[in-house]
Amino acid sequence: MLNEQKVIIFQLKDEEYAVPVQEVKSIERMQHITRIPRTVSFVKGVINLRGVVTPIIDLRSRFDIEETGYTDRTRIIIVSVGTIEAGLIVDSANDVIDLEADSIEPPPEVVGGVDAEYIQGVAKIEKRLLILLNLTKVLNPEKLAVLQPLESGK
Amino acid sequence: MEMTQYLDIFIEESKEHLQAINQQVLLLEKSPEELSIVNEIFRSAHTLKGMSATMGYEDLANLTHCMENVLDAIRNKKIIVTTQVLDVLFTSLDHLEAMVVEISEGGSGKRDVSETVRDLEALEKGEITMSAAHQDDKPAALSQSFDQYEKQIILQSKEQGFHAYELSISLRKDCILKAARVYMVFEVIEQIGEIIKSIPSVDMLEAEQFESDFKLSILTKENGEELKQRILKVSEVAEVVVSEINTERLNDSVLTESDHSSEKLNAAPEAKKDDASATSAGGSAAGKTIRVNIERLDQLMNLFEELVIDRGRLEEISKMLKSTELNETVERMSRVSGDLQNIILTMRMVPVEQVFNRFPRMVRGLAKDLGKNVNLEIVGAETELDRTVIDEIGDPLVHLLRNSIDHGIEKPSVRSASGKSETGTIYLRAYHSGNHVFIEIEDDGAGINRQKVLEKALENGIITKEMSENLSDKQCFELLFASGFSTAEVISDISGRGVGLDVVKNKIESLGGSISVDSTAGFGTIFSIQLPLTLSIMSVMLVEVQKEKYAIPLSSIIETAIIKKDEVLSAHNQKVMDFRGRVVPLVFMKEIFEVPSAMEASEYVPVVVVRKGDKMAALVVDSFIGQQEIVLKSLGQYLSSVFAISGATILGDGQVALILDCNALIK
Repeated sequence: MLNEQKVIIFQLKDEEYAVPVQEVKSIERMQHITRIPRTVSFVKGVINLRGVVTPIIDLRSRFDIEETGYTDRTRIIIVSVGTIEAGLIVDSANDVIDLEADSIEPPPEVVGGVDAEYIQGVAKIEKRLLILLNLTKVLNPEKLAVLQPLESGK
Repeated sequence: MEMTQYLDIFIEESKEHLQAINQQVLLLEKSPEELSIVNEIFRSAHTLKGMSATMGYEDLANLTHCMENVLDAIRNKKIIVTTQVLDVLFTSLDHLEAMVVEISEGGSGKRDVSETVRDLEALEKGEITMSAAHQDDKPAALSQSFDQYEKQIILQSKEQGFHAYELSISLRKDCILKAARVYMVFEVIEQIGEIIKSIPSVDMLEAEQFESDFKLSILTKENGEELKQRILKVSEVAEVVVSEINTERLNDSVLTESDHSSEKLNAAPEAKKDDASATSAGGSAAGKTIRVNIERLDQLMNLFEELVIDRGRLEEISKMLKSTELNETVERMSRVSGDLQNIILTMRMVPVEQVFNRFPRMVRGLAKDLGKNVNLEIVGAETELDRTVIDEIGDPLVHLLRNSIDHGIEKPSVRSASGKSETGTIYLRAYHSGNHVFIEIEDDGAGINRQKVLEKALENGIITKEMSENLSDKQCFELLFASGFSTAEVISDISGRGVGLDVVKNKIESLGGSISVDSTAGFGTIFSIQLPLTLSIMSVMLVEVQKEKYAIPLSSIIETAIIKKDEVLSAHNQKVMDFRGRVVPLVFMKEIFEVPSAMEASEYVPVVVVRKGDKMAALVVDSFIGQQEIVLKSLGQYLSSVFAISGATILGDGQVALILDCNALIK
């Protein structure tokens, strides 16, 4: 069993989050997103990722953090969990580090406004506090099943 | 020689040749006098024989060889084509097919074909006294046989005073450098004459892939004894048997085959037997094909899409830079890549012929088993369908055809009693219409017995008594597709095993198609299948709603129109328009899709009239972009149920456009 894990670090508002590199396929710059009508607000739409239509989720919106405009530093992290592939819009992606397994602690009740169910653990490295995300929960499509019915047309 | 690398090619080509022979034999049945058909069959059989002998499948080669003899006799009018002859040919084909299938599954291709071989030989002998030549040819394994070209050479050199000998040379069992000895023997012979053929082939001899014997056919001016002495001087040669090749025999067979000897003369002089037969195959096979894994085509498509994206960028850059040269180049590139796109899209399309081809045989066999006379008419075999659909459609069609033969077409006695010709006809039609391909199976049989269907449905509890009284004919026939339904009174081997038409229906629906049935009692039944042209490519109309682009499948569009604002009417709080006398509800895409406003409302309203069944709606958009062929992409698993969107596509500029699901927009 490996007791070391490579993670990609990204920033959302003031917090730093981490996802395992195995779950990350690539990191893309911001690009044109085709809006998908009548879906939940955090799904910003889809992009053409080298011929594959990939849904894009705004992580700020997903975690109910107030949205800000996109900047030069905004990145889309393409993740793949199980059979689901999606892009996550984050404020910036800036680091890859090795995490010791024993530096990871179970999540406290609430961290930076993100519900604990999305958090796998918290790692403390020197002065930095990293929040490890549980992507399976973040990408749970059941959260999408609230679509309004159609009212016009006969 | 390592053969495994050729195995795939061998299997595919064998299948093609068998298919060709199959078809031609069926044609032959219809016009037994047509010798050109026999020639076709002969050619395919000959190639098959050559290939299987090269690959070392003795039984396969043997059987085809016997078939060839029979065909040859037919060609020389020594045998008349009778049903018996055809039946034996079909049996041989079945054996050959089985062997090829076995080989493709990794088997050795061995099979006991002695009975069929005997039948073939009996056929051949039955009408003619066999010439000595044929007797000798029989065990094709070792004795040398010559192709046209070689025969020609032997005959010509005879005239110039050369002798043709067949040499059987054995090396000593303890010989170590066999290849070296072979080389020395060759050198001795080449000093005094010419080698025209060796068994095994030179390649195999050089690779020492032989036991200790090999055979050579040579041309020389020396006499046989002299030749023998010279060769025996090479050390470690144990034995040399020299026999003169009988030219009269050769002469005979060359004359009978002279009709295509000319085409083989073009072959290069050093062509071996296999090469020569391959040339003739190239001549007879109409289209040259290679096989590509469909995944690779998908990859190609994906890569091409990326290219298109970059093309879009290039176009923009060239517009910005305003350089004529760059402009010209980019324009050229756009044209070329447009053509490329068409080719890639059509590459996945294959004619339904591929599926239809196997039906004549099947129908013939089935009709025979059931004691019925059935004639199958195929129309539109050239109609093209996506490869993935083709692969899936075979089984349902087989089922429907079996159904028609078993339940539809009556026995000859019944047919003549009801004033029809004894031979029943089944039409198998395929044709394009819009974005769909239709396949119809029509028979002129008894039709569906409404009463029987109803009784059966009641019995199986599919419908209730009250329901049965109010069903229209159409609804009644639809019951055939209900699961657990079979109308055959006797459960036969051919159809009616309980897994009836419902399986067919499910399969077709899983392909995005639909099936319907219509029937007139006493006159026949018609099954029509509607299939999407392709699962991945569709024609759409691109429209703009404010600044967003959407694709509407052409298959659901009736017409586009531009109406004036004052033509929009109100009825019961619902905006409607008058479309050719019909009141059609308007669907404002901007509101339904909550598209952010970016444009001024104009005086004119572009609408796309779409339909679902016989219901219609007019979608209000902001502008039409045009018609386009697009590649259908799924939105992925994460967004599996988005309202009124059936998928997405990537446009030329690399952006994603969503495809509307009109069915969801019409209630």
